[in-house]
Amino acid sequence: MKEEIFVSGRMNHLVDPHLNIWHWEIPLYLFLGGLAAGILFFAALYFINGKEDQYPTAVKRTPILAPILLIIGLLALFFDLRHKLYFWQLYTHIKLQSPMSWGAWTLMVITPVSFIWSALYIREFFPNWDWKYNWIKEVEKFLQQYKKVIAWIMLIYAVILGIYTGILLSAFNARPLWNTSILGPLFLASGLSAGAAVTLIMSKSPEERKRFAQIDLIIIGIELFLIIHMFMGFLASTQVQIDAANLFLGGPYTMAFWIFVVILGMLLPAALEIMELRKFHIPAIVPAILVLFGSLMLRFIFVNAGQMSRWLY
Amino acid sequence: MRYAMAVDTKKCVGCSDCVVACQTENNVPIGYCREWVVEVMAGTYPQLEMEIRSERCNHCVNAPCVRCCPTGASHFSDGGIVLVDPKKCIGCGACIASCPYDARYPHPDGHVDKCTFCIHRIKNGLEPACASVCPTKCIYFGDMDDPNSNVSVVLKKRKFKTLIPEAGTDPQLYFLI
Ligand code: SF4
Ligand code: SF4
Repeated sequence: MKEEIFVSGRMNHLVDPHLNIWHWEIPLYLFLGGLAAGILFFAALYFINGKEDQYPTAVKRTPILAPILLIIGLLALFFDLRHKLYFWQLYTHIKLQSPMSWGAWTLMVITPVSFIWSALYIREFFPNWDWKYNWIKEVEKFLQQYKKVIAWIMLIYAVILGIYTGILLSAFNARPLWNTSILGPLFLASGLSAGAAVTLIMSKSPEERKRFAQIDLIIIGIELFLIIHMFMGFLASTQVQIDAANLFLGGPYTMAFWIFVVILGMLLPAALEIMELRKFHIPAIVPAILVLFGSLMLRFIFVNAGQMSRWLY
Repeated sequence: MRYAMAVDTKKCVGCSDCVVACQTENNVPIGYCREWVVEVMAGTYPQLEMEIRSERCNHCVNAPCVRCCPTGASHFSDGGIVLVDPKKCIGCGACIASCPYDARYPHPDGHVDKCTFCIHRIKNGLEPACASVCPTKCIYFGDMDDPNSNVSVVLKKRKFKTLIPEAGTDPQLYFLI
């Protein structure tokens, strides 16, 4: 038998009895970042492929959401900071070893790019839009010429942003549940799937919807593979990793993870999408909302559960 | 120069004097602590073994808290002491999540706080507050690069361990066993 106690008492707020430093802000920030990354990824991808007119919703319409999501995400990050007046320090330093730092800089690049992209397609929503000032029109004309370059930047930064949402957590070796390199690809996949879901909701073209339902199915398959892979890795590793996996395999997060993330967020929408592709009539919005919900829950559950996982000593 | 500390788990009686001295010396807000005492009881009566450890930040050589800090607020100071600069800290909490020893806490003023090895005292030639008040004199502090320093000498004579060395942090808080 071994018993370990703090004789002097230690009840540091938000640290004891187990870490609780990150609440709703960080998971929301990660979800919105991942979602925006997914939206911008497909917009850039199909523009570069020259399929702008085949998949107009994904290229021209959904990106308008990205700047809004990113701004809300940045606000959530700001809310998380406890020393808010000093937040500008984030942008006077570049620390490549700190995911928090290069993530903040990635957002500084992709947010303006997403604004530009939305502005170039503003006439999709307001056909009579007029930029009023001549110099803005000049800038627009200039940017229109370089759309392909912008699309490439957007594509690359969307992938970085999507992966970053996972690496922010996986870089912490102090929390064994987060400390797996699967988290980057898993969160990227989850973000792409959420991005595809938004196109499913907004698209009116049956062809486009079919395409994105297929894409979503493939990504859900990849996510399930990554999740299984992650648990295999944990269970074959050291005691701290086994304990971390057990949070989801009988521990306090078991129900939440398997029901909300895996069943409602992946298996059910995948089944509905398969039925839809087989010509059953399913409103596209149902699987799409489920995917978005699953993606959000994935972030919340991982951020919370990870703070309960720790080293033993 | 490489500052380090060694705590004699055989001599420590768990009186928590060091904890109180630290709180007083460093104006630690009520309800928080930069250091704490752990008592480990192992075995079955009457075959019992006890270990008492006065713990704090390990001033790790490979410190994850310094690595993950986005602003450079967490940094290495003289002799490898890990410090937080409140004027640079944005309170993002990354360093708190990154410390395998949970040695940091969010100060009510917004920035993050932790043990400083009493760097303000060391600079004046004094020992850290915890070491100076310990009634059993079980806390040794000094420069690892100096073979005649308190720590170097005691670590040469005694068996010791560090906490979770497998976390790869290269902790500089040694426990004599
Ligand atoms: S013990 Fe924790 S706070 Fe101290 S240097 Fe190591 S990782 Fe950083
Ligand atoms: S809370 Fe402060 S010291 Fe810690 S990582 Fe963030 S900015 Fe750095």
